[in-house]
Amino acid sequence: MSGRELMSADDLRRAVVRLSHEIVEEAHGAAGLVLVGLHTRGAPLAERMATLISGFESAAVPWGTLDVSLHRDDLGRRGVRPALHRSEIPVGITDKDVVLVDDVLYTGRTIRAALDALNDFGRPRRILLAVLVDRGHRELPIRADFVGKNVPTRRDEEVQVLLRETDGRDAVLLLAREGD
Amino acid sequence: MGSLLIHGARLIDPARGVDRVEDVRFVDGRVAANAGEPADRVLDGVGLVLAPGFVDLHCHLREPGQEYKETIHSGLAAAVHGGFTTVCAMPNTEPATDNRSVVEYVLRTARAAGLARVLPIGAVTLGRSGKQLAELAELAEAGCVAFSDDGSPVADAELMRRALEYASGLGLAVINHCEEPSLAKGGVMHEGWVCTRLGLKGQPAAAEEVMVARDCQLAALTGGHVHIAHVSTAGAIEAVLAAKARGAQVTCEVTPHHLTLTDEAALYGPPGSPVPAYDTAARVNPPLRGTTDRYACRLALADGTIDCVATDHAPHALTDKECEFDQAAPGISGLETALPLLLELVQAGELPLARAVEALTIAPARALGLDRFVPGIGTLAPGAPADAVLFDPDAEWIVDPREFASLGKNTPFRGRRVRGRVIATVCDGTLVYDGYEAAAAVTAGRSG
Amino acid sequence: MARDDLQTAPVNGAARSSGAVIAAEHGTRSSAIAGAEPGAGARGAAQAAAGRWLHHHVLDLDDFSRDEIEYVLETTDAMREVLARDVPRVPALRGTTVATLFYEASTRTRASFELAGKVLGADVINVSASGSSVEKGESLVDTVRTLRAIGVNILVMRHKSSGAPYLAAAHTDAAVLNGGDGWHAHPTQALLDLYTMQSRLGSLRGRRVAIVGDIAHSRVARSDIWGLSVMGAEVVLCAPPTLLPAGLGRRVQTEQEEVALPGVTIEPQIERALRGADVVMTLRLQHERMHSGLLPSLREYSRRYGITSERVALAAPHALVMHPGPMNEGVEIAPDVARSVQSVIEEQVTNGVAVRMALLYLIGRGA
Repeated sequence: MSGRELMSADDLRRAVVRLSHEIVEEAHGAAGLVLVGLHTRGAPLAERMATLISGFESAAVPWGTLDVSLHRDDLGRRGVRPALHRSEIPVGITDKDVVLVDDVLYTGRTIRAALDALNDFGRPRRILLAVLVDRGHRELPIRADFVGKNVPTRRDEEVQVLLRETDGRDAVLLLAREGD
Repeated sequence: MGSLLIHGARLIDPARGVDRVEDVRFVDGRVAANAGEPADRVLDGVGLVLAPGFVDLHCHLREPGQEYKETIHSGLAAAVHGGFTTVCAMPNTEPATDNRSVVEYVLRTARAAGLARVLPIGAVTLGRSGKQLAELAELAEAGCVAFSDDGSPVADAELMRRALEYASGLGLAVINHCEEPSLAKGGVMHEGWVCTRLGLKGQPAAAEEVMVARDCQLAALTGGHVHIAHVSTAGAIEAVLAAKARGAQVTCEVTPHHLTLTDEAALYGPPGSPVPAYDTAARVNPPLRGTTDRYACRLALADGTIDCVATDHAPHALTDKECEFDQAAPGISGLETALPLLLELVQAGELPLARAVEALTIAPARALGLDRFVPGIGTLAPGAPADAVLFDPDAEWIVDPREFASLGKNTPFRGRRVRGRVIATVCDGTLVYDGYEAAAAVTAGRSG
Repeated sequence: MARDDLQTAPVNGAARSSGAVIAAEHGTRSSAIAGAEPGAGARGAAQAAAGRWLHHHVLDLDDFSRDEIEYVLETTDAMREVLARDVPRVPALRGTTVATLFYEASTRTRASFELAGKVLGADVINVSASGSSVEKGESLVDTVRTLRAIGVNILVMRHKSSGAPYLAAAHTDAAVLNGGDGWHAHPTQALLDLYTMQSRLGSLRGRRVAIVGDIAHSRVARSDIWGLSVMGAEVVLCAPPTLLPAGLGRRVQTEQEEVALPGVTIEPQIERALRGADVVMTLRLQHERMHSGLLPSLREYSRRYGITSERVALAAPHALVMHPGPMNEGVEIAPDVARSVQSVIEEQVTNGVAVRMALLYLIGRGA
């Protein structure tokens, strides 16, 4: 696989800052806001945004993580089980504005599972979606409310988000599969 | 009946110390004094070994009563397939062979099969229940050549003493399956590290050894002849050796599986098995022992402490074995693999070929004095019965129980690559097994 | 850079918890990353997960690597979180049928498996040996084939004969989960023991685990020994000689260089066995052992091998007291020890559900 850089570390930082501002603007402040990052790379993104928002709103914004594997509709078809993580949302989400945070929006199936999984934790006032990259090819009627970068892709390509917390550096790469 | 010439084979007849290329001619069911005369039929023995027909002292034919496991006919077909021309049938039939009519039924049915000779063994006790002596003299008159409650031991020492005394008056041996019930109770394999690994209850070697030791003492006490069935432990062999040294009438046998396998067979199974295999085909009584015991059996067979090899052929139906290990019926279908398994010891340099042949022919005949019932049995001396086996000691094949003549396909040796194959078996002057074509097919398959 | 390398890079625990809102209840553990958005990394994730999990059946821990056991324990951790939710129910195994086939009575293990299946959305049917065709003499192989024919995907089995689940596994393409066979194995109990120990003590490497009691007849002890050995713990067995199995405690060299059970130490003297132990595990003593001449009396056994507070005091101060249940209080364990702060016996039971959920999830329907 060969990679082309879609976003540099600086691009990524700026996109996260912009997304954080857009979220606060849409939610009219930090009150009642809960950020929920999807495992694996949505979690550090949610944490970064929560820290940023806490900074410019001078109010702590709670954030948590969600593993949607148990709610996927394609478990049986994938054969191999994805590794599970704890889902930890530190506050109740009922009547809150919950922002789901993920790195890449693709078919939409992960988000559908996330909406399902959130049901186990309560009934939010509304649910919004923030993603760093939207690469298209939706298979479900789902759209993001906040998008860091729209990237037209082919299905045989792969968008890879690298984050300091999980991968040691920040970048977004477009990978083309060779052969195969 | 006519005549049959076996030409060009290497004749091994340990009873006479013969091991050379020599033609042998059978006329009217006997070995002819002069091989040079013409014959009605000639078998090509070039490159093969010719030996007296094998004699098995320990065989379960299951009929009457358990014909779904084996019939006398299928059992004898398995015998001649494996090179055996005489088999001693154990009395654990249903009903038990504890009276004249069952003995006569077995003999009549065997004669009708026309394959191998059957010498019945009568039960020691009525119904093999270990309580009251069977009518041993009548059994002897009917044709029994020894007595045994095999499958079960004669557990009561007093009863064993009386059985030995009574049988000695008839000149016959008592064959005991030595297994002290209180020590062996519930044990489904050898007590050692493998049973611990598998979580199965073991029976200690001592369960066999204490009863072997007891029987050796009783043989000395009574002057009777005890033949220890399927010896499997070093301690049992020591007891037999000591008894023989002091002149007691003690003989014993060992099975091919105790010479070649250990308790690990239950754990690992045949080639390609998942581990642990819980291979019920390796469940047998006495259980497959550890490596030290196996080694002791090999040494003792080579030096003659163990008199002979016996198969303990114990055929079972699929459903008797396709079940939980501790529910599985013990036993191995052994007539058709005995020769190549014994030859493994020869190939390993642990046993001279002549001793291997002896252990399957004249040695078992002598152990029970079978010459009194079939004069000349176990040799190919002129005038002896025309019982012979021709085998190729180098032919390689893979054990596939589906090819067995026995109804019992239960063998832990399935899939094992072995060397040594029976090519032809002659019983009473008749070619009862002709394996020339089958052998050619195997050879062709290998080269093709 | 290869995608797989990224997928298996460990999460930095410190970075995760810097948000201060995620309190890792059971300490931070390195965990592998897998299960990203399909298309954004499903291929890599599948490979990473496949490398850690190759079992179609779970019959014992003797064929588990350290990595595989850790994978199960990580999954168990996630399942604990699911169990703690207000509505502990997820649809992961929707459409999967789990049968519990029990040839031996066991309220606890069966209930634990049943609950685990239901939390994951599976259909669970219970088949008992009594009152079914089993009692009419139907063979195990026939029963297993019948259950598969009616659509069972996962077969949870409890049987009094050692090795019975292996027979079942050889005759069905349903996944077989061993719920305890004879004296041989009880892998889910061993995994919940490992999970309980690790969640309290952290890494088990070099930890000293004393197992006291009827080792000879214990499937729990056997599976625990395999699991603990793989995880690098030191196992000390303590029992009267009549309750120790053959061929233990010394490495038995054979043609295949195998051992009965891996690296254990025998210490018949209980005070020495417990000294410095990180875990004191005692096993249930079956009353029928007295009738087979293995023990003179319950009283004598209790006096020599019972776990009392005086004896627990010899172990490390942080030592855990464990028991696979059901307990004979006053025989193998003193009532005050069973209820002490060091006892994690109840936690074992709760963890049992999570471990069984993890295994059902991991071996669940692959097609």
